[in-house]
Amino acid sequence: MTAGRLLPLLAGLFTLVALAFSPGGEARWFDGGAGSLLLALVPVFLLLAFWQRGSKAWRGLVYVIVGGIAVFGLLNLLQAGAAGAAGLGFWLYGLGVWAAVWHGVDCLSKAEIASAGWRRGRDLLVPTLFGIWLLVVWELLCRGFGIPQVLLPAPSVIGERIGNSSAMLWADFQQTFLKAVLVGYAIGCGSAFLTAILVDRVPFLRRGLLPMGNVISALPIVGTAPIMVMWFGFDWPSKAAVVVIMTFFPMLVNTVMGLSASGHLERDLMRSYAAGYWQTLIKLRLPMALPFIFNALKINSTLALIGAIVAEFFGTPIVGMGFRISTEVGRMNLDTVWAEIAVAAVAGSAFYGLVALIERGLTSWHPSYRQRS
Amino acid sequence: MARNGVERAVDVRDLSLTFQTADGPVYALSQVNLEVKAGDFVSFIGPSGCGKTTLMRVIADLEQPTGGNITVNGVSPQEARLARAYGYVFQAPALYPWRSIERNVALPLEIMGLGREERRERARKYLELVNLTGFDKKYPWQLSGGMQQRASIARALCFDPDLLLMDEPFGALDEIVRDHLNEQLLQLWDKTGKTVVFVTHSIPEAVFLSTHIVVMSPRPGRIIDIIESPLPRERPLDIRESPEFLEVAQRVREGLRAGHSYDE
Repeated sequence: MTAGRLLPLLAGLFTLVALAFSPGGEARWFDGGAGSLLLALVPVFLLLAFWQRGSKAWRGLVYVIVGGIAVFGLLNLLQAGAAGAAGLGFWLYGLGVWAAVWHGVDCLSKAEIASAGWRRGRDLLVPTLFGIWLLVVWELLCRGFGIPQVLLPAPSVIGERIGNSSAMLWADFQQTFLKAVLVGYAIGCGSAFLTAILVDRVPFLRRGLLPMGNVISALPIVGTAPIMVMWFGFDWPSKAAVVVIMTFFPMLVNTVMGLSASGHLERDLMRSYAAGYWQTLIKLRLPMALPFIFNALKINSTLALIGAIVAEFFGTPIVGMGFRISTEVGRMNLDTVWAEIAVAAVAGSAFYGLVALIERGLTSWHPSYRQRS
Repeated sequence: MARNGVERAVDVRDLSLTFQTADGPVYALSQVNLEVKAGDFVSFIGPSGCGKTTLMRVIADLEQPTGGNITVNGVSPQEARLARAYGYVFQAPALYPWRSIERNVALPLEIMGLGREERRERARKYLELVNLTGFDKKYPWQLSGGMQQRASIARALCFDPDLLLMDEPFGALDEIVRDHLNEQLLQLWDKTGKTVVFVTHSIPEAVFLSTHIVVMSPRPGRIIDIIESPLPRERPLDIRESPEFLEVAQRVREGLRAGHSYDE
């Protein structure tokens, strides 16, 4: 039997057999409510779906939707008393649902869809489902085993914290991301770009400034952050300064490398047209350097956030993501720490994604993006 | 002939060029004398290392000679370059991948500071001349190698230079495409009346295209023979089977053999 047939069969069998065992604690499979009826119907439906002969896309959707219903059932069970005491029935059922969702997503990702719009939707749906499923597994494990919140709070707890403290999180986000990170990133990358052009133009600077940049980038952040606080005060400018230090060198090195990326042929060509330094720079060397420059911009987008958060551990006003994390850890409010981490993760990924999107637009000619048309 | 009244497009007197390398001096060119009349089609032929590309690069002011005199259009190569007297076609198309074909062809016009409308008009005109009408919005990587090289020829012609310098432009292409492009190049030369200097190491290509064939030899790079072709300007592809053609080809081959030492 191939894996493609095994997973849906396991999904049906596991969920069916699970009904014979206790879901754990006070919870019962059949308490007469609508939720328990659905839980009982899921295995029947999964077994029926096993013989279904629809297209891959439909089959995938059916499995994902049934899996989603089953997840709601399981969450209900936790609510009804299985939390912290989940039994064999609960985990068997969970495994069955896992197999069902896996098979569903597998079908969806393999499905051949004619319409371009639907295909795009599918390409978005599959990673989204994957992300949601990770959260579901996290939630079920945390609450099923009753893992202490200090060790790992469930996503729902973190979500609740985000909802309840949104004003505080927003203030921290403004302080750390919108001020320190963005300003530091812009100054760091911008000045490194201009320095790179200068270094490229003046040969002795290449020998002098590049090693200097190297030394600065090697400085430990725990050493520079307090010094920046001394220089620029407790508020965000000292954090922006740390971000400048962290982002400067990657941008400098990459831009200098990018500026020498154009070949002899291309430069001879510009020379044969009697093009000047600036014309050659703007029409040939900078476009050629763009992939390198965007590399640095992408690396720096995540470095900047890390730098700003860590810098706040060394003296800060009573606001900011790093400040919040360091104080709430001490007060054992780990859900707040996780909430800040979630905000940082979303903000960092969005920032990176935005830079990558701009890169795609500007360097669509590059072999890694180009498409024959 | 030439529009500024200069009969000699290129005049080379006792030219030599020595590269100083870690292994001692390399004599790339030694005592080279050459005269290219306006409107000629001159080919440099010889084995690798005979200095044919170097000589062309000296004409283009991409390389500085260490001895002798050279004038291009009656002035120094540098003045000629700054006056945009020549269009250079390299071994590879060297089209910029972030520019469409039309914007690639218009690149020299952009550097010269021409207006948008005129750039577009000229680019279209020269793309038509190399049979690339309709490809102006494509990107270089969407075109075949032969089409890319044709676009690069259009780019070299679009600012209307007196001289066209071509350094093994078809070397990387297969023979069928090459034959086709050779034929087109002759028509282009006939239509535009440009002076063409052409580097190749293919004997049939040199004989088929040229009014004058300059046979060169390595170590040190020098001119062995300059052959004036008896073939008419009008040359269909099957002229390559005519006795005159074979006779010239034979003379080129003998020149190459005489200049080539087998003792290494």
